[in-house]
Formats: sequence, structure tokens, C-alpha cells
Amino acid sequence: MTTYAAAPALPDILPPKRIRTGWVGFLFNNPTIAIGLALLLSMLFLAVAAPWLGTVDPTALEPIKRNREPSLEYWFGTDAFGRDIYSRVLYGARVSLTVGFSVALLASASGLLIGLVSGTIRRADSIIMRIMDGLMSIPPILLAIALMALTRASVENVVIAITIAEIPRVSRLVRGVVLTLREQPYVDAAISCGCRTPMLIWRHILPNTLAPLTVQATYICASAMITESILSFIGAGVPPIIPSWGNIMADGRTLFQIKPYIIFFPAVFLSLTVLAVNLLGDGFRDVLDPRKSKSA
Amino acid sequence: MFSYILRRVFATIPVMLIVALFVFSLLYIAPGDPAAVIAGDQASPEDVEKIRKNLGLDRPFLIRFSEWFFNLLQGDLGTSMFTGMPVTELIGQRVEPTLSLMLLTLIIAITIAVPIGVIAAWKSGTWIDRGIMAISVAGFSVPVFVVGYLLAYFLALELDWFPVQGYVSFSKGFWPWFETLVLPSIALGFVYIALIARITRATMLEVLSQDYIRTAKAKGMGQMGILFLHALKNAAVPVVTVIGIGIALLIGGAVVTESVFAIPGLGRLTIDAIVRRDYPLIQGLVVVFSFVYVLVNLLVDVIYTVIDPRIRY
Repeated sequence: MTTYAAAPALPDILPPKRIRTGWVGFLFNNPTIAIGLALLLSMLFLAVAAPWLGTVDPTALEPIKRNREPSLEYWFGTDAFGRDIYSRVLYGARVSLTVGFSVALLASASGLLIGLVSGTIRRADSIIMRIMDGLMSIPPILLAIALMALTRASVENVVIAITIAEIPRVSRLVRGVVLTLREQPYVDAAISCGCRTPMLIWRHILPNTLAPLTVQATYICASAMITESILSFIGAGVPPIIPSWGNIMADGRTLFQIKPYIIFFPAVFLSLTVLAVNLLGDGFRDVLDPRKSKSA
Repeated sequence: MFSYILRRVFATIPVMLIVALFVFSLLYIAPGDPAAVIAGDQASPEDVEKIRKNLGLDRPFLIRFSEWFFNLLQGDLGTSMFTGMPVTELIGQRVEPTLSLMLLTLIIAITIAVPIGVIAAWKSGTWIDRGIMAISVAGFSVPVFVVGYLLAYFLALELDWFPVQGYVSFSKGFWPWFETLVLPSIALGFVYIALIARITRATMLEVLSQDYIRTAKAKGMGQMGILFLHALKNAAVPVVTVIGIGIALLIGGAVVTESVFAIPGLGRLTIDAIVRRDYPLIQGLVVVFSFVYVLVNLLVDVIYTVIDPRIRY
């Protein structure tokens, strides 16, 4: 009868690694996206749920209660007209997020269209690109200021002004991507199989521009929110009656040396929101373009 | 090299032409009646009519444009609607503070950003690198006036190290001039530093993996020599490009910074023009700033040929 020596239990050299899959795994492997998304979603929640979060009418004037320091009753204090800054900041999130998202959507849609036309139709290309060169030579904030000086102050006009200032960059990007895609063998293959131009763009070129465009759109969203606050801050943005972060800070400008909290709270909210969107953009870039993530 | 520079100079002419044409057409492209908007809500129909005439909106576009453009070529940007003074004169009075602010910002930003970008690339993957990159993301996210107010509150109001606001002309001496501009320059340069540091790190990483860097190491060259003599020289082109493109950020930021620190420069002039709806002045400012931007980028193109002799288009 032979006895076999039982092999001793092997120690765990490598601890078992739990591989996460699905949404949770994606967020776990991309902490920048997770943090950015969490911050942005909480801002979105504050903006949407503003009326039910203990706020009062953000435009209600109460001269008796003006310039109160932050307290239990007025969490962020009150401004020179007695308006509750906590309510104004929460409602202000609506303006910033609306402007950011609308500009990102509109600018990428129009930039995509212009870029596709310019990248595929050679004759239009040189004209469109000369115009875009000219537009790009005007610093975006100044272009938006000039446009706002000629239109009535409103959220829609702010969105349009910032969109126009952002379009040249997007169309440049899309055109560049289209020009490199055109040289790809699979595009030649599609053409030799008799694929017509509209179908070629729709099926073979458009899908490949979406990844860089998404990254760009995120950055545009961030810069649009900053531009909106700058425009409102210098008095060329949304009308002063609408509480936006830039407007709140503009109201606090004259009292800055004695009441810095009027500027402090909207500044923190604005910076956090822009940071959230920028983190999302960096995360998207790393996920969608693995080559770039190593160097930048 | 000379013919290359000459060709680049000529290439900027159509760009400037398009800028001028676009800025001028804004009056016509803008939705609604610009004359009514500029006049404001309380204006009488006669006032609106006067402004329309003043802006030349009652005459055909092409005639007005050729008139305006011909004047522009002669250095005449029109007359301010509010003060009645020539726009070029108004701009000329305010150039010094803005120019000082931008130059100082440029110097501070480059001396800070390039070394930290190089260090981040050298120590890539370590906590030093991660720290520098985290600060750079913050630099992109915190708007210029927030940085400005934070600096003014802590360094000027609380610690009293610098004057809170105002501007002292360079002719009154270097130190008072420098003292008033330090905080505005840092505030304005914050985004710019983030931008330059990021691109420096990215290009340096690429350069540091080249064979000649290994050769330099093998022949016993010091780390600093490799980083700043061999590598940085070869990483210079993208860095200089971003410094040129970033001027647009500085111009936009200057408008806000001057408002935060009460500097009587072109930015303040822009804000005053907005408040008074002085469109000819706004138009003139946009044209001047854009031309400066185009010229800076022309200069960048010329610098290319100096730092990289391979570039000869």
C-alpha cells in the first residue's frame, strides 16, 4: 500500500484580486471619472432640487436684513440688498449648468457639421478654414463681449455668444480628424466597394470623430461656465436680476474688503463645478485615447 | 530664413482682414436692432435714430465697411459714443498698465511653469508629479477672479504684504510699480502656468525617452544638464507654441483681473465701454487685442526658426 504525501497547502503569494466589471468596475478603475461624476451629479441635484432645500425666493429684497454674516438662519449670509446668498448660490447653479451644457452641445453639433463639410469637400475647405483662422484670432472672451454688447442680456444670448466663440476650435478639431481618417485603408476599401459620400461620412467617418469630440465637448462645457461667470461678473452676461454665480460675485465686488463671504461662496461652487467637469474631461481622454494618456 | 519670415508676415494679412470684416459685420449679424439695444430701454425713438445714424446703420453695408476699413488702415478706429474722443486716443492712454501686467505675467508664468513642468516629467509617476498635475487641473478650474480675490484677501488684506488694489506707473519707479502688479500677475498667470506646465511635462516625457538622452547619461552628464540643456531645447517648440496661443487667455483674463485689482488699463476701458454700451470703443478694443494676438503668434513662428533650425517652410 503506497502512501502519498499530501502536498502542503501553498501560501497565497498573490492575494486574490477581485476583478470588478460593469459600471462599478469602470468607475473603480477610473477614479478621475468617478470623482468628477459624483461632484457634477451633486451639483445637478442641488440645482434641480433648489426649491426644496430650505431656500427662499433668491430675488426677494429685504433691506432690513442686509449684509448679515453667515449664521444658522442665513447659512451663507445676505448681500447688500438683503437677499439670501444660500438661495442665490443654489439657484445660480441652474444658470451655470444650463449655459455649460447648452454651449457644449450646440458648439460641438455646429463644429461637427462645419468640420465634416470642410474635411470632405475640398473646395469649401480653404474658405471655411480661412474664416475659422480669423475667428480664432479674436480672443474668445472678447468676441463674446462684443456680441453681448449688441444683444439684450439674456441666458439664451449668453449661450449663443459663447457658442460662436467656441465653434472655430471644434471645427478645427473635427476637420483634422476627418483629414486623417480619409487616408485610412478602410475608407479606401469602402469607396472601392461603391459606398457613396453621405453613407461614407455617416457610417465610417462620423463614428470615429465622436471620441475626440466628446473629450473636447467636456472641456468646452468647463470653459463655457467660466466664460459665463466672467461675462456676468463684468456686467455683460445674464441680466442682474437672475441669480448666477457671476452676478452674485459682481454684487459682492464693492463690499469685498469688508464682506468677503459674498464672493467666497459662489466662487467655491463655481470652482468645484468646473473642476468636476475638467476631471470628467481628463478621465474621458484617458479612456477614449489610450495613446495620449501615457504622455499627457 | 528671411523669405520664410516675409511669407509668414504676408500670411497674417488675410487673417487680419477677416478679423476686421467679422468684427465690423457683428453690427449687422446681431439679432434684433443693435441701435435700440445700445440706446437702452428708456430711449426715445429720436435717440435710437441718432445712434443708428452715428453707427452708420442707415447706410449700405459695403459703403460703411470700406469707409471704416480705410480709416482703420490709417489708424483711425472711429469716435467713442460716450466721450466723443477718438477711440485710438482712449486706447493709447490705457496701454501702459495692461502692457505692464501682461509682460510681468508672462515672465512670472514662464519662470515658474517651465521648471515645474520639467521636474514633473523627470519625477514622472511619483507623488511630486501627481501633485504638480493635480495643481494644474485646479489651475484650469479656478476662474481668474477667484484666484485674484483669494490672493487679495489673504496676502494683501490679512497679511498686508502687498497693496490691495490700484496701479502705480513705471515712471514712478520700479519697486512701487512691481509691488502693485505682483498679485494681479500671479492671479492672471495661474491658468497660464497650468497650461504651460502641462505641455512642458508632456513634451519632456517624449523627449526623455529618446536615444540621445541615454547617450548623454552614458557619457556621464549631470541630471540637470540633461534636463535643461539637452531635453528642454528639444521640447521647446510645443512649449513656445502654447505660450503664444495662451496669450488669448491672458487677454481675456486681463479684463477681469484689472477689474478685481482696480488697474486703469484696457480691461477697465472694456468694462466701462460695456456699461455705457459704447460700441465703437468695444469694436476698437476687439480689433486692437486681436491684432496683438495675431502679431504675437507671428513672433512665435519666427522664434521657431531660431530654436529649431530644421523648420524652413
